[in-house]
Amino acid sequence: MNSLAPFSVSQFNAGLIYACPEIFLGTAACAILMLDLLLNDTQRRWTGVLAVISLAITALLVWVQPVSSKIVALGGLFELDRMAQVLKVVTLLIVAVVFVYSTDYLKRRAILKGEYYVLGLFATLGALVLISAGSLITLYLGLELMSLCLYAMVAFDRESGIAAESAIKYFVLGSMASGTLLYGMSIVYGVTGNLELAAIAGAVHNGLGGNIGLVFGIAFLIVGVGFKFGAVPFHMWIPDVYEGSPTCVTVFIGTASKLAAFALAMRLLPEALAGSQGDWSQMLVVLAVLSMAIGNLVAIAQSNLKRMLAYSTISHVGYVLLGILSGTAQGYQASMFYMISYVLVAAGAFGMILLLARHGFEADKIVDFRGLNARSPWFAGMMAILMFSLAGLPPFIGFWAKLGVIQAVLGVNYTWLAVVAVLFSVVGAYFYLRIVKLMYFDEPTETTTIGGSVLMRTVLSANALLAFGLGVLPGTLLQLCQRALQ
Amino acid sequence: MMFGGHLLSLLIWLPIAGGVGVLALKDREDAAKWLSLIISGLSLVLSVPLFASFKTGTFAMQFVERSPWISTVHSEYYLGVDGISMPLILLTTFTTVLIVIASWENIEKRVAQYFAAFLILEGLMIGVFAALDGVLFYVLWEAMLIPMFIIIGVWGGPRRVYATIKFFLYTFLGSLLMLVALIYMYLKSGSYELAVFQHMPLTLTEQTFIFLALFAAFAVKVPMWPVHTWLPDAHVEAPTGGSVVLAAIMLKMGGYGFVRFSLPIAPDASRKLDWLIIGLSLIAVVYIGFVALAQRDMKKLIAYSSIAHMGFVTLGMFIGFQIVASTGRTSGIELGIDGAIVQMLSHGLVSGAMFLCVGVMYDRVHSREISAYGGVINTMPKFAAFMVLFALANSGLPGTSGFIGEFMVILASFRANVWYAFLAATILVLGAAYTLWLVKRVIFGEIGNDKVAALQDLNSREFLVLGALAVAILLVGLWPAPLLDVMRASTQHLAQQLLVSKIAP
Repeated sequence: MNSLAPFSVSQFNAGLIYACPEIFLGTAACAILMLDLLLNDTQRRWTGVLAVISLAITALLVWVQPVSSKIVALGGLFELDRMAQVLKVVTLLIVAVVFVYSTDYLKRRAILKGEYYVLGLFATLGALVLISAGSLITLYLGLELMSLCLYAMVAFDRESGIAAESAIKYFVLGSMASGTLLYGMSIVYGVTGNLELAAIAGAVHNGLGGNIGLVFGIAFLIVGVGFKFGAVPFHMWIPDVYEGSPTCVTVFIGTASKLAAFALAMRLLPEALAGSQGDWSQMLVVLAVLSMAIGNLVAIAQSNLKRMLAYSTISHVGYVLLGILSGTAQGYQASMFYMISYVLVAAGAFGMILLLARHGFEADKIVDFRGLNARSPWFAGMMAILMFSLAGLPPFIGFWAKLGVIQAVLGVNYTWLAVVAVLFSVVGAYFYLRIVKLMYFDEPTETTTIGGSVLMRTVLSANALLAFGLGVLPGTLLQLCQRALQ
Repeated sequence: MMFGGHLLSLLIWLPIAGGVGVLALKDREDAAKWLSLIISGLSLVLSVPLFASFKTGTFAMQFVERSPWISTVHSEYYLGVDGISMPLILLTTFTTVLIVIASWENIEKRVAQYFAAFLILEGLMIGVFAALDGVLFYVLWEAMLIPMFIIIGVWGGPRRVYATIKFFLYTFLGSLLMLVALIYMYLKSGSYELAVFQHMPLTLTEQTFIFLALFAAFAVKVPMWPVHTWLPDAHVEAPTGGSVVLAAIMLKMGGYGFVRFSLPIAPDASRKLDWLIIGLSLIAVVYIGFVALAQRDMKKLIAYSSIAHMGFVTLGMFIGFQIVASTGRTSGIELGIDGAIVQMLSHGLVSGAMFLCVGVMYDRVHSREISAYGGVINTMPKFAAFMVLFALANSGLPGTSGFIGEFMVILASFRANVWYAFLAATILVLGAAYTLWLVKRVIFGEIGNDKVAALQDLNSREFLVLGALAVAILLVGLWPAPLLDVMRASTQHLAQQLLVSKIAP
């Protein structure tokens, strides 16, 4: 039953070239961990600079790899295709942006520790491994590397009780989900006799499609994926962790880990289990509808912006699932576009919270944005772009994301699902508009000027303007996603 | 062709770019005002060649611009106008200039942002009327909500937040259902081009669903009874300029949507469901007419009057099916559609003028209650003359633009059924009742109170704005021929489209 080819050292070594970005990032993370020990607190910012540089170099290394078709290397453990390439680059860039946003915040809170960057780099490495996973083993390995780093990052601010609580909650629930996922993987292994995704796909295709054991395993996989995504009913951890974590960690969880969760879903479902699409599609329909409903409805009741964005994430995951469940190439492309555009916008929204925060003031209440237009018309405009984009209004990037997934479900004749999706996006529009309302229609309750380094302000503005620019001319990114998943 | 064939693009992007420029002026209020005036004036001037070199006698799209936009979704940057959309673009540029002039002195806070919002809105609205690609249309249609949301929310009255969120969510819900319909047609035809949508065969079931989805978007925008409730709120709370844009142009987009989308894309469903539209239109005319009678707030009264008049528009558009059904002849269809479009334009001018009149009084007395006025003619004779003229136009006096459209629609209804005509004609009675009663209570009689006694008559700026509108109203009322000539070929073509079944053999 074992499909692994006879192991050959020379072949294995030849495959290492494809994994060189990961190898570089891992080495760089270790080196930065060592270097950080030699720096004193005034020199600490160099850790961040080095981290961003190593992320940029890794992104470059990923980008220059010629990928014309799927490359399988390292004895089937490692897989490099266009989707992996795009997702990796986006992940690396987003993490770099997150690091830029976080530095100011950490400095002002006097918790600027090198560990934040090192853990972040290792979590990114985990995400990269996951994105390029060619077998269930590497998939799980990458996921756990990322998750364990994230648990530690949540608890990173030692003084904060609420952060510790969130970390425990995240850890316990996260481990449970990993366990469920692993159980599902073991069943799939038991039924198909393979760990390699391609081999599983082949086995399912050749007559295992309706196997009851396989469906049983898929159910567990869906639970695991749903948890990592934060899809209802596996969403309980999201609001608490988002609210409790330091904002610089929330933005990490809200962006990089979502991309990884998307890759996890794509590797497991459309790639390995394409033959059982009918089974997992139905399960995802339930998750998608519930996520859109609960996420959008409960977000209305929130007064904490981080919590509101948590429920907003849940609802957006519902829309991402719409594309995946359609089971068509067009649907996968739409989901990928949705995920990338969501991550871009979410990074900006959390960045705004980080920008407004100062020492002893988190700026994570919705009312903290009151009258922002009077304090800073520019950043109020940027936030308005981000909020309108999240609401899915043209001409912002969120609209094209929504257009794509609705098109995907209509393409497979789920008309009712499309109607449900648009109805809940009207509900969602309400709470995004509320932020705009507070910024523009209300008078400010405080008059402090807005801080943030020049670098952070520039990156944040670029981030928001990108959400607008890609909303007017989304062609390039759409094409990128199209080429990634043909 | 002038401007290298990019006249429509220029009309769209000049105000938007100008709006961004005004926004950058921040606290330099005078500069912001003058720049807005220049930009909106330039747009008006640019829209003149649109009329002057418009070729009548063809229904084909003119001033066409077409280039690829987003290849992955097969969406194009595709603009063009015909005899139906061109006059609406003129109305837009004309109204915007007047709004800029009318708002010159009565905006106190965030002046630059106010004028910028109107300029950006102007560009987007022109884009909606010119777009010939489904996605482009939708993007502009939705984007339009954002400046309007801000305008009502920032510069509006005490309940502005409630009103603007209601406005936004109502229209957003309707539009999203339209989006689903557009995507459905795209998936079926492989293109977002409107002309393709209009020619693609569709079964009756498909047409019915598409019609209902489009109906959700356009009926809210028109607005038709019973989804009209956002309009009185939005009108009452909006600043004068916002009310004018809302009444003069944004409501017209609903009507425009019916003629550009619903009727030609789903003619069979339109025929099947004409009772729905005609019924709702007649309810709007009769019932809302009575509701208007009961209002004590001037802006609310005009808002309800708008709903009644827009009921006339939708009636005129769909009455053709009944004419065919009852007489077997097709000769009255165009009459109804022509009347509906003239009514849209006329209502744009008249309701805009009425809201500006209320604004003039509100600037002085700071009340919209009818009971706060009385005998205004004694202190503001020039203003009273304008107000009476606009009120008469609103009640459809021959010689004003209000008469032409109403007359044509009633005539068309007559061909279908005497009772339709009877109910439709109640607008003449009710419209006259609520408008003239308003005038009686506000303008005529003894001076009501000290505030009215202290009123100053129109200054030259206000005189210019109201005068321009009065001229336009009389011009359309006395000499509608050029307008009808422009429209003729397009409405004839539309009438033909209605008669051809699209159900695939």
